[in-house]
Amino acid sequence: MAQRFEIRFSGAGGQGLITAGIILAEAASINEGKHAVQSQSYGPEARGGASKSEVIISDEPIDYPKATVVDACLAMTQESADKYANGIKPGGVLLIDSDFVKSVPAGDFKVVKIPIMRTAKEEVGREIVANVVALGAMIALTDVVSREAGLKAVLAKVPEAFLDLNEKAYSVGFEKVKEALDA
Amino acid sequence: MAYDYEKHIRPGKLPHIWCPGCGHGIIMKGMIRAFEACGLEKNNTAIISGIGCASRMTGYMDYNTLHTAHGRAAAFATGVKMAKPEMDVIVVGGDGDGTAIGGNHFIHACRRNIDMTYVIMNNSIYGMTGGQFSPCTPTGALASTTVYGNPDPTFDIAKLAIGAGATFVARGTAFHAAQIEKLVAEGIRHKGLAVIEILDDCPTTYGRRNKFRSVIDMMKRLKEIAVPVAAAAKMTPEQLEGKVLTGVLHKEERPEYTEQYAQVISRAKGA
Amino acid sequence: MAKKVALLQGNDACAQGALYAGCNFFGGYPITPSTEVAEVLSIELPKRGGKFIQMEDEIAAMASIIGASLTGQKVLTATSGPGVSLKQELIGYACIAEVPCVIINVMRGGPSTGMPTGPGQSDVQQAKWGTHGDHPVIALVPASVQEIFSETVRAFNLAEKYRMPVQVLYDEIVGHMRERIEFPEPGELEVINRTEPTVSPEDYKPFDPSFGDVPPLAAFGSEYRFHVTGLNKAADGFPTTKANLVDDEQRRQIRKVDGAQPEIELNEEYLTEDAEVIIFAYGSTSRSARYAVNEMRKEGIKVGLFRPITLWPFPEKRIAELGKQAKAIVVAELNLGQMNLEVERVTKGSCEVPFLGRVDGEPINPGQIIDQVKEVK
Repeated sequence: MAQRFEIRFSGAGGQGLITAGIILAEAASINEGKHAVQSQSYGPEARGGASKSEVIISDEPIDYPKATVVDACLAMTQESADKYANGIKPGGVLLIDSDFVKSVPAGDFKVVKIPIMRTAKEEVGREIVANVVALGAMIALTDVVSREAGLKAVLAKVPEAFLDLNEKAYSVGFEKVKEALDA
Repeated sequence: MAYDYEKHIRPGKLPHIWCPGCGHGIIMKGMIRAFEACGLEKNNTAIISGIGCASRMTGYMDYNTLHTAHGRAAAFATGVKMAKPEMDVIVVGGDGDGTAIGGNHFIHACRRNIDMTYVIMNNSIYGMTGGQFSPCTPTGALASTTVYGNPDPTFDIAKLAIGAGATFVARGTAFHAAQIEKLVAEGIRHKGLAVIEILDDCPTTYGRRNKFRSVIDMMKRLKEIAVPVAAAAKMTPEQLEGKVLTGVLHKEERPEYTEQYAQVISRAKGA
Repeated sequence: MAKKVALLQGNDACAQGALYAGCNFFGGYPITPSTEVAEVLSIELPKRGGKFIQMEDEIAAMASIIGASLTGQKVLTATSGPGVSLKQELIGYACIAEVPCVIINVMRGGPSTGMPTGPGQSDVQQAKWGTHGDHPVIALVPASVQEIFSETVRAFNLAEKYRMPVQVLYDEIVGHMRERIEFPEPGELEVINRTEPTVSPEDYKPFDPSFGDVPPLAAFGSEYRFHVTGLNKAADGFPTTKANLVDDEQRRQIRKVDGAQPEIELNEEYLTEDAEVIIFAYGSTSRSARYAVNEMRKEGIKVGLFRPITLWPFPEKRIAELGKQAKAIVVAELNLGQMNLEVERVTKGSCEVPFLGRVDGEPINPGQIIDQVKEVK
């Protein structure tokens, strides 16, 4: 792994992207013993608006806690894609919800398109786990933590009644990316 | 038999700063008698005041005393009571301190119904700073900042306290000295927030400007306007014009705040 | 046994540090970006028999903790710039009445409502000068989640030891970010409790200088009975206007911190030994600065970082020394010029003090610091 790997989750407030960032940071720092910092920025809206959550993962202690050049970025909405897909490094990757991001920002990075919300609703059964679908997809895309470490962190975070739902969401997200990359 | 006030007063702290004719001393003595009647223990009692003439009382009383910042007495007292609910907590202060700068703390202490006794000495003026109008100055009255007559409407402290949720509200006057003891004692014994408003006089900064020729005139006025609630029930609105009701104006039972919080603790520990 | 670890938010670490220090009373009022401190303590304090109260406003919150502290509790409030502004009068009250308490200021942009969810470091001079009158000041500025925990513990220790309010200031970035934290075992970090009187109740004076610059403090509800006022007072706690007594008391209060500065001061120096340019930065900005130092060292630039952890009292002596060693001390902070004034004051012209400030709600990034350092001739 590179010394410093930067991931940004962006979308609308209320989509659970801050939680997705926290789970990834826990997977890296608690389950894999790496250094991780999660931070966020958000507006006054509890729901809606553009929100982002950033995770820096490194083998070394992390000084600057915010993204410098982003290795991988998720955009769940057009607004967040427009606002936060900048700063992806050359050769980096942008994951978008293809139902909502119609105008794909241009840049020297790979774009992976998955209908994340629709997948959560139709294949997993609940829109509310779209953030976990996205997390599974991001981990598959970046390999920044192992599939198992990511799943363990997801299951440690969610209430017992929702373990199966979230495990399914994570796996579906993970597999979607494999399919997209193979296609 | 002469009453032994001295044992409640800190040695060497008198004379007090109050002017000749001021009612604060009468109220302090009534409070002392009430403390004695209720058997308050000095070490287990905190008397907490804000800023102003009335608030200087804490310096004289031989209890745990906290002379705080202007208007903040109820908020400090809430901290003391919350931290040590087994203590008896008395708040004292004036009308400006309690209902203007401290108005927010006053109404929220009432709302919480925290077990404290708030004696508010209402002399209708900011005395210490030289006689500026307070929220309790009568409309039209003269003060150093209302030389053309006070344009402000007046707070009714008792109604304010009742509206905000105080579960014991009483009113007395500095003229009715024996009643002060009775009302304060009943307030102390009441579980919950007790507000006792004592109508008071300030001959120096209020009487002088408002055509009271002497302290006696001011005291006479307190005597004349006071109508006990029982007597008022038999009077017509015309007869009650310009009068003020005295005695226990409101009393109800409602859960007390520190007891409610004790339940929070047991729920948290059980969780 | 392996230590308990967690990925924890800065504000959560503050609450956990307070509990470790023995905090048993929190009085607060909701304000972004500090509210998580209150939320965590509202859950955790009652589990331990402690008290949490949400007061009607910021001033009341400050009043409630002073009242509770006088009953012998270890007390905390947490707020942000607007709240600290409202609390100022009572911070002064806690200074003159010498009541231990800890005030957390999670700094956002300002003035006024400013930028509630954006970071700022523009309250650092307010921490020193905010309340009126001369008074001692201790302010700590942690830069990581782990350090928020340990500095909150230290804030309680200093508050109890020196009988005064201690402020902990950290910006929204540090307050809201999550990092791995190792929880210290009980006993691993020092926990100091206030000195209680041992004299007979009749002889007790709450401000008795014969016990040194920090007189013992009794608790309301104990066998000691005493008076507390915000007026200038004599050793017995009662108001006085006698010139010599007022003067003695005021000077003692300043002296209790000035005289203990070596014990209160805490700094971190990173590669300053041979540094020709030193960056002065604290809080989240110091993390950008450290990143910048590492980048520039790769290029062979002799640059280092001075990071105060105790911001007030100001590390005058060490900054003066570094000012003689270095060509420049670059001050980087999220304001338009505050601690640079202090660096300029103590270096007395012995080096340049270039300033890098930012107030747009974004952090100072390492690139900005590198550019600023490279401008030094």
